[in-house]
Amino acid sequence: MDIHEYQAKKILSNFGVTIPRGGIVYSPENAENKAREIGGSRWVVKAQIHSGARGKAGGIIVCNNPLEVAQATDKLLGKKLVTNQTGPEGKIVNRIYIEEATDIEKELYLGLVFDRSSESIMVVASTEGGMSVEEISKEKPETIIRSKIEVAVGMQNFQARELAFGLGIEPDLIRRASDTIIGCYKAFSELDATMVEVNPLVISKQKQILALDCKMSFDNNAMFRRSQVSELRDKTQEDSKEIFASDRGLNYVSLDGNIGNIINGAGLAMASMDMIKLAGGAPANFLDVGGGATPEKIVKAFKLVTMDEKVKVILVNIFAGINRCDWVAEGIVDALKKIEIKVPLVIRLAGTNVEKGNQILKESKINYIEANTLEDAANKAVAALTK
Amino acid sequence: MTILVDKNSKIIIQGFTGKMGSFHADEMIKYGSNVVGGVTPGKGGSKHLDLPVFNTVKDAVNETGADASILFVPPAFAADSAMEAADAGIKICVAIVDGIPSHDMIRIKRYMRRYTKSSKMTLVGPNCAGIISPGKSMLGIMPGHIYKEGRIGIISRSGTLGYEAAQQLKNLNIGVSTSVGIGGDPINGSSFRDIIEKFETDDETDAILMIGEIGGPQEVAAGEFAKENMKKPVIAYIAGLTAPKGRVMGHAGAIVSAYGESAIEKVEILKECGITISKNPSVMGDTVKSVIEKM
Repeated sequence: MDIHEYQAKKILSNFGVTIPRGGIVYSPENAENKAREIGGSRWVVKAQIHSGARGKAGGIIVCNNPLEVAQATDKLLGKKLVTNQTGPEGKIVNRIYIEEATDIEKELYLGLVFDRSSESIMVVASTEGGMSVEEISKEKPETIIRSKIEVAVGMQNFQARELAFGLGIEPDLIRRASDTIIGCYKAFSELDATMVEVNPLVISKQKQILALDCKMSFDNNAMFRRSQVSELRDKTQEDSKEIFASDRGLNYVSLDGNIGNIINGAGLAMASMDMIKLAGGAPANFLDVGGGATPEKIVKAFKLVTMDEKVKVILVNIFAGINRCDWVAEGIVDALKKIEIKVPLVIRLAGTNVEKGNQILKESKINYIEANTLEDAANKAVAALTK
Repeated sequence: MTILVDKNSKIIIQGFTGKMGSFHADEMIKYGSNVVGGVTPGKGGSKHLDLPVFNTVKDAVNETGADASILFVPPAFAADSAMEAADAGIKICVAIVDGIPSHDMIRIKRYMRRYTKSSKMTLVGPNCAGIISPGKSMLGIMPGHIYKEGRIGIISRSGTLGYEAAQQLKNLNIGVSTSVGIGGDPINGSSFRDIIEKFETDDETDAILMIGEIGGPQEVAAGEFAKENMKKPVIAYIAGLTAPKGRVMGHAGAIVSAYGESAIEKVEILKECGITISKNPSVMGDTVKSVIEKM
């Protein structure tokens, strides 16, 4: 789960990270007042969307008086920002964060992630703040320093100090810098985060160490014990079909193609998508109804896939284990009584009681194309597109 | 004997009296697995499915001599249950449950470092289908009848894709020594490398089929291990050719976040390690067949 910049800043400031003064607004009228309340003589108006690279997309505007702040807020609110991370449809701006402008002396990079190889938390830092970590590793890999943290004992002061000295921070500021790094580590480990990124972490001309932009992501599996974090979810930043799916216990990812998929199991779903591509087609979605493929889930899956106007063919691929094919077939027949399908439907059943399952489908008189193997299913789905 | 489980494995069910635990315990018993009892704290002393229920794993081990366990407890309690099994002297534990927080998985793995190699429990999963050695024992939730007895070792992150492979092999009259589902989570108990290492020294396995997917370093680590240390052939399929970067594809661990984690990159690296690639998921069985025919 992702959260907004201003939410991440609030969390990190609770863990001892210094952030510039700022506040959230939802209208231009409030923006002017908020700017006066914050004080100072220059402000930064920042569109709050779940994406990086907002600056290049025009989502960050520097203003010299409160009136400009109001105008910038007016310009951004309700707009769809398209960045290199949002996809062509962009993300809507419903919240604006106004912040006092910082006189920057130096921009640094600080990131924390799970390292799957060592199964520990990895802190990554670089003197080249402001660029994305991908850009840094491509263009200035020699500036990257890492510290692997043993989660059983947590981050130690010396580890944070080593990173701070490694970043060339002057001796007077080392203590502040290491407190900032440890604050980020504590937020990561105490809130079940999967990613914390402060980019840039800046040293201001006034010798403050400030988190100028922050991103945090959290482990969905841990939200049951992190209600304060899960409350920060902003559904306006998510794909409406993906919200529909997650609310119904389905794993769904919207894609660009036109063959809709209903599959049980994440691996089999990815494999079926691969087969579609090899057959010359393109999947409209990834959809895993769960290993069990219960009739209820199948009904919901058909609803979801038919919501997508791009879909020109639907491919159902179920490998039934303990849930037998005859039971799955009854679920499909039942679903098709409730939902009208206007596009060709290809069904491939495999596993336990497959003959019985196929017989039920045939006798039900539903309009579909039967397939036997993964390859057969993909070929028939692609062929059905051109008919 | 086959790796991890065999006919003599004495199995207990953690979360025995729950709906999932009861259902799958029954399936395992029907398959012929030697289930000796189960654990549900607070229900010790009672009987369930004609088998004894214990309050703690230690009690179950002391009374029954159990050496294998399977977890059907909710995600919030799974880490605790796995550590309890490790401490009670269980040798192999399978965590079926989907939804354990990554921080908890790290905690389990750190906890298990206190044991010496010879007394350390093997944890398989979470978010997996479990283990089956066809004709001997099933410590999992797979449909047992799709597996033919034989000499191919299967390791898969995905459950249903592992079933697909077993079915393809069976249709070609090829059997399986052991199939291990290592699960779809970013941090898991046993990696591909851990399991192929066991297959390499297993005298009932001739070749290994490894079914990976996008995300994480484990397929590549297994490939590098195989290149340096293995004599038995390894065949691999990697799912997720069409998966977009930075998106979670169902499995919490199926996300491309670094170089070497996409399907194409993994395939290239595995090829360089001398591993035979199944070019699509429909020919996993055929690819295994062509490799073993050359042996």
